[in-house]
Amino acid sequence: MINHELNHYLSLRDTIVNAFKPKSSKEVFYALKDVSFDVMQGDSIGIIGKNGAGKSTLLKILSKITPPSEGKIISRGRIASLLEVGTGFHPELSGRENVFMNGSILGMRRAEILKNFDAIVDFSGVEKFIDTPLKHYSSGMQLRLAFAVAAFLENEILIIDEVLAVGDAEFQKKCLGKMKDVTSNGRTILFVSHNMAAVKALCSKGIFMANGQVTANGHIEEVVNEYLSLGHSTSAYAPEVIKADVDIAIKKIEVLNELGTSCSHFTCDDLINIKFDFEIRSINQPYSLFVIIKDKYGVPVFSAEQFIKQNSLVLKINKMFLTRGSYHIHCFVHIPKIKQFDIAEDVCYFDIVDVSSPFIIHGEYDYGNVFGNYQWD
Amino acid sequence: MEFEIKSKNKFSLGLKELWEYRELFYFFTWRDIKVKYKQTFLGILWAVFQPMIMTILFTLGFGKLISDSSVLNIPYPVFALSGFMLWNVFSSGLTNAGNSMVNNASIIKKIYFPRLIVPISSILVSLIDFMMAFIVFVPVLYYYHCSFKLSAFLFVPLSLLLCSIATFGLGTFLAAVNIKYRDFRYILPFFIQALLFLTPVIYPLNKVSNKFFAFVLQFNPMNAPIEFFRFGITGESLNYYSIFYSILCSSILLIAGIIYFRKTESYFADLA
Repeated sequence: MINHELNHYLSLRDTIVNAFKPKSSKEVFYALKDVSFDVMQGDSIGIIGKNGAGKSTLLKILSKITPPSEGKIISRGRIASLLEVGTGFHPELSGRENVFMNGSILGMRRAEILKNFDAIVDFSGVEKFIDTPLKHYSSGMQLRLAFAVAAFLENEILIIDEVLAVGDAEFQKKCLGKMKDVTSNGRTILFVSHNMAAVKALCSKGIFMANGQVTANGHIEEVVNEYLSLGHSTSAYAPEVIKADVDIAIKKIEVLNELGTSCSHFTCDDLINIKFDFEIRSINQPYSLFVIIKDKYGVPVFSAEQFIKQNSLVLKINKMFLTRGSYHIHCFVHIPKIKQFDIAEDVCYFDIVDVSSPFIIHGEYDYGNVFGNYQWD
Repeated sequence: MEFEIKSKNKFSLGLKELWEYRELFYFFTWRDIKVKYKQTFLGILWAVFQPMIMTILFTLGFGKLISDSSVLNIPYPVFALSGFMLWNVFSSGLTNAGNSMVNNASIIKKIYFPRLIVPISSILVSLIDFMMAFIVFVPVLYYYHCSFKLSAFLFVPLSLLLCSIATFGLGTFLAAVNIKYRDFRYILPFFIQALLFLTPVIYPLNKVSNKFFAFVLQFNPMNAPIEFFRFGITGESLNYYSIFYSILCSSILLIAGIIYFRKTESYFADLA
């Protein structure tokens, strides 16, 4: 529906120069093609798919930010889009002023903002600093204030992009609760997220997008399962140029499921195998592989180290160890305290969803990165 | 409320939509004024000082030269200040409107509202600056034993309207073109500086001796507003030809500016 021409950043010089060049055939790329679906009043629809599937483009078209090149959308009701929280926040303005500015940009009437002002401030929990310029706020406070404004939108249709991915856990929970209220009021929600748990908690229906098309459309459970089963994306790391001039280099890192196929989506009940391949050029040295598993914030969850005896090593992560979330790998090959040979930083992203732990009843609550190893007496 | 979202092919001004979003005019203007004078010691007084300082400089520098050699019915400081006040509306309005889409790119990319609100609000900011300067202008008039004629109640608002039209036409065009070709960000200050000397701000139009040059100057869209404004004080006869050309020119710019803006605005979010 939308064609992105190749050259986005134009300068006058380019245009003038191009005018004298023979016309070259342009590559036309449709970010969305033949997308068609119905949304009923009161529906809450989760839109899921990999990066580049066209989710954000769909949201942009639904929010009227970019017009479709072809096709149309028929809508009944005021649409509010939250592609970002705190749109229009200005650091020089006070919290109070920003509430008005942001609310107004999101489409609230001045009277609506005035009516809800106390509730917004109360929800954000920044009463004390409401007349302080925003630039003195911590980023968390800014976020709370932004969320609070968004939470009081009274539009019939809400379009929400992955905005819940930020903020502290307690506040996330509060927002999710608030949004659930929204759907129970007969309003319609379109929610894009990579967080399957959040999608499941909030939405009753789902749309799975891939390559600019709707692959699945239906009940949220089925759609999420389909997404997860198709999630064999390449979460592998294979440098185009293997590091030369070193005695040992990392050739490949792959995240595999129990069956040995490459996979990037797991549930907590899955065994996760991470396979490391090396190119050893000088044998008989005490090489060692150091692996750090990091969470979505880049915080190390745990580390593992092992001597390298063969060309490959497999790290097996047990079931029910990592909790839901996105993880990735940081690793290097070294001889401890002597020399580092090769390093792979922040590679092999993989996601884990929680489908079976006793904690899922608590919704979005962040219960840590690992399931504890403990007993009650 | 039912509506369709589809690719736009028919041209419209979108006035109905602008009216629906009318509160945003207020909020954008209010934000720009707040931000403009935040953390300044003198605050909105700067709106007064800028034309005053320019007037003082030019009065000291050229005042005598110009008033000696031409027929000015008003003292030179009054003449220059009235010119600079309107010129400020034009120059700051044009600069802000021209950069407005780029400066608000983060908002444009994330939320929909009629895009015309942004450049219009930047011009409203300049008009408010004018109001502030005007408060000081009245005592200056009094000091130089000048006063507004009765006709000023018609001609001062008319002059402001024409000034806004001139600024708006060129401003919307620049806002739209700037988002595509950032070159205009660099052209703009130079262009405005040059234009000051092609506008009867510091010298009267009849002072220009070169016939061709004088003819071309008539097309300056800022001619008519400045002439009208001074007419409100002097009451002396107007040069109808130059006024006509000036208004014609700014009307064409207005239409062209709005058409270009409306035609390209759909893709601002992609280009910003």
